[in-house]
Amino acid sequence: MKKWLHNWRLFSLFSMIALLLAGCGKPFLSTLQPAGEAADMQFSLMLLSTAIMLLVIVVVTIIFVYVVIRFRQRKGEENKIPKQVEGNHTLEIVWTVIPIILLIILAVPTVKATFDLADVKPMNKEKRDKDTLVVNVRASLYWWEFEYPDYGVITSQDLVVPTDERVYFNLKASDVKHSFWIPAVGGKIDTNIENKNQFWLEFDQERAEKAGNIFYGKCAELCGPSHALMDFKVKAVPREEFDQWIEKMKNAKKPVVTDPVAKQGEEIFNKSCIGCHAVTPIDKRPEQARTAPNLANFGDRERIAGILEHNEENLKKWLKDPESVKPGNKMTGTYAKLTDEQIDALTKYLMSLKVE
Amino acid sequence: MSTAVRKKSLIWDYLTTVDHKKIAILYLIAGGIFFIMGGIEALIIRIQLAVPNNDFVSAGLFNEMITMHGTTMIFLAATPLLFALMNAIVPIQIGARDVAFPFLNALGFWLFFFGGLFLNCSWFLGGAPDAGWTSYASLSLESPGHGIDFYVLGLQVSGFGTLISGINFIVTIITMRAPGMTYMRMPLFTWATFVASTLILFAFPPLTAGLLLLMMDRLFGGNFFNAALGGNTIIYEHLFWIFGHPEVYLLILPAFGIFSEIISTFSKKRLFGYSSMVFAIVLIGFLGFMVWAHHMFTVGMGPVANAIFAVATMTIAVPTGIKIFNWLFTMWGGSIRVTTPMLYAIGFIPSFVIGGVTGVMQAAAPADYQYHDSYFIVAHFHYVIVGGVVLALLGGTHYWWPKMFGKMLSEKLGKLTFVLFFTGFHLTFFIQHFLGLMGMPRRVFTFLPGQGLETGNLISTIGALLMAAGVIVLLINIVITTFKGEKAEADAWGLGRTLEWAVPSPAPEYNFAQTPLVRGLDAYWLEKMEGKKGLTPAEPLGDIHMPNPSFLPFVISLGLFIASFGFMYHNDYSWGLPVGILGLVITFGSMCLRSIIDDHGFHIHKEDIIEAEKKGVKA
Ligand code: HEM
Ligand SMILES: [Cu+2]
Repeated sequence: MKKWLHNWRLFSLFSMIALLLAGCGKPFLSTLQPAGEAADMQFSLMLLSTAIMLLVIVVVTIIFVYVVIRFRQRKGEENKIPKQVEGNHTLEIVWTVIPIILLIILAVPTVKATFDLADVKPMNKEKRDKDTLVVNVRASLYWWEFEYPDYGVITSQDLVVPTDERVYFNLKASDVKHSFWIPAVGGKIDTNIENKNQFWLEFDQERAEKAGNIFYGKCAELCGPSHALMDFKVKAVPREEFDQWIEKMKNAKKPVVTDPVAKQGEEIFNKSCIGCHAVTPIDKRPEQARTAPNLANFGDRERIAGILEHNEENLKKWLKDPESVKPGNKMTGTYAKLTDEQIDALTKYLMSLKVE
Repeated sequence: MSTAVRKKSLIWDYLTTVDHKKIAILYLIAGGIFFIMGGIEALIIRIQLAVPNNDFVSAGLFNEMITMHGTTMIFLAATPLLFALMNAIVPIQIGARDVAFPFLNALGFWLFFFGGLFLNCSWFLGGAPDAGWTSYASLSLESPGHGIDFYVLGLQVSGFGTLISGINFIVTIITMRAPGMTYMRMPLFTWATFVASTLILFAFPPLTAGLLLLMMDRLFGGNFFNAALGGNTIIYEHLFWIFGHPEVYLLILPAFGIFSEIISTFSKKRLFGYSSMVFAIVLIGFLGFMVWAHHMFTVGMGPVANAIFAVATMTIAVPTGIKIFNWLFTMWGGSIRVTTPMLYAIGFIPSFVIGGVTGVMQAAAPADYQYHDSYFIVAHFHYVIVGGVVLALLGGTHYWWPKMFGKMLSEKLGKLTFVLFFTGFHLTFFIQHFLGLMGMPRRVFTFLPGQGLETGNLISTIGALLMAAGVIVLLINIVITTFKGEKAEADAWGLGRTLEWAVPSPAPEYNFAQTPLVRGLDAYWLEKMEGKKGLTPAEPLGDIHMPNPSFLPFVISLGLFIASFGFMYHNDYSWGLPVGILGLVITFGSMCLRSIIDDHGFHIHKEDIIEAEKKGVKA
């Protein structure tokens, strides 16, 4: 694929489109600013197909414009009867064969990339290499759970990955179908309820830095009222930093709360919230019991509920009435109404949940 | 003659008609109303997305809007509007007096109509379906309320109607052609209708099966798609797309047919490469069945299936390309008269090419992992459906309006409609390719500021408003010309090539006083070029046998409409089951009645025909 890209770069039209397209969108979101191997493969295929298709459009447009201008009925020609041409076999064969050739040019790299992107052998080896990172992704209405099975660590909403290596994913959904998509890093794959899908992505260190080390992820399959709000964030960091993070997560104990207000929050939490949410990254419950995001590193998160800016005010808004933030979510109505004071205490407590 | 019927009220006349031309008008009106409803839903969607974090409609209502917009446009607007043109024109184009089964033709319409009515009742009875027009199983099983039930029942009823109409066209085209009208002399619109009807025959049964299983799951405790109990939701996706993919070809092939007629008429040339055009239509129809899984590249079918479906999909570009170049070369060397219909044809070619090439881009499976379920897809299929099908419907309506109603539409207003609609269309959808590439998923009720999506969405909304303005001008045009339009000649544009232009506008009840003898492609044109006024008849003038009107198609469909309500509510209310059964009794009872009653039809007598023809010639 890389070679392909190289050859085609010579083609001036091709690089022009590349320039044109790359100017669009934001580096943390746009497929036009790919930031990893999978996205690169897909992007070069997109460029190749765009170039071929542009060529087709140009040819058709030239003939089209010529025909429409040249053969318009002029004044005084109202009764002119043009020659009734039946057809022309040579011409017809020409415009059958040329498209076939163009399609073969497109089909070969397509098939190759299809197989390359589906290569998940390293994650399925009997005894997988200890450096091969595998993440289990579980999609639920309207949140994401990320489990690192080799480390026994669970987090949610914010995915943390090492850069410059292939990261392998097992993906499934727990209620209805969703689809896991990080546009800047690679194409999507659906999360089904009856089976597990597997694929890999790679996050480029250099280009991750350009995106502020955070990529935006989306749910791409209609899943209910808050489908549009089912976002997640990906923190892509160098391997050492990732190792440190996973170490901290692995060893994180139940949080020790000292602040009296936060203490009060903890009590409320243990009464009303602990049934669904866990506060340590090591959650031994089976996945059916994990019905809400793990909050172990809540204080370190990028966003509240995946969409709101991470601050106390928004957290309070969420606790007060989750429905107003994410219609149809599964948290609304699962706990007794909280007073403002209780919300303040909970906020204090939740914001103190940090591993970093 | 049938003056007795004529004197009865217009409404009763239309409720009981079995005349293909009147059924065409029924389809045109019903399809037109649904088209406007779908358009209003589209505008609501676009207004909601004009600016980030908008709260014009709620998230739940938005999902109902996209679902009803998609469902309405595909099943209740585009397909029936094509049926309107097919019904109005195809029998005349092949020199027939009617379709093969006039009674079934009426039944097809009423089933479609009551199915659509049922679906839209959901707005007033607790909420519309909200799982997208595809209604994928896991989400549609979870959806509370009765929205999805309206979807499965309404579409089953209207689907039966479509299936019946499709079969009717197949039989009509095979058996009712005038002497000399060989397959290779059939006008392209007839050919397209023939292939599209075959697609209906093979594509609608899988849809009905999928909907039936979904109905079992939702209403009768089935577990076909319940993964927890061993069901499989991916099967639903396959069933849906085995229908859904041919469905889009069933829409676009008649559009190709319409433009083939318009382009050759107004270029004053016979179609370039007629036989390869026919071949291309048949091939596209066939391939349309082989590629459904390209809608499912991201489901996780594995690289082998993805690669096969990717390559298979690309092959469709070849026959499509053949058609494009044949159209261009039909115009080449012609003497193009730019009327309103021709304007639509000219606008269609580049628009459709854009929609087509993005289709090929999506066929490259790994690239589709990026496009799929993003706004890129929304842009692509609207380029095909609006840039292809809707432009064809608008063009075809302007083209055949005089034949259907006997009045010319205003060319000035027609051109204004075109300019507004066409500009609005490109403004709306071109930018959406980029929104998708920039990371905007489809079916989202809102987007957040600061992600680079604001400008594109705003432009898109403005375009949608322009399109709406175009449609309004069209309605004004229709109203004005209905009351004071210029009366249309038989050969309304003066350039007619096919048989429908040889009969008066509008065509008399019996179409042809004498069945014509067809002596070649573009039969009417041939006769005109030889200096003749009319067609060469293939039979002596005599009495014409016609079918009687009947109220039964209406009642049969009404029965299913009632039954649908009954079965939908049978879990909630005790009256549900009895009402359901009552509905079925009405339906099957009237079917029995139809079998028992001996209906021989009636004759239009020779003298009346001579009288009518004289008047027709004068007009
Ligand atoms: C009048 C011009 C139209 C406008 C402005 C328009 C606009 C839209 C918009 C904004 C969406 C939602 C995209 C999303 O969020 O996924 C949509 C979806 C759709 N449209 Fe249109 N549309 C128009 C005409 C049509 C026509 C004529 C058809 C078909 C005959 C059609 C078929 C569909 C379908 C099938 C969907 C997908 C619905 C779904 O996701 O379930 N549209 N349209
Ligand atoms: Cu989702």
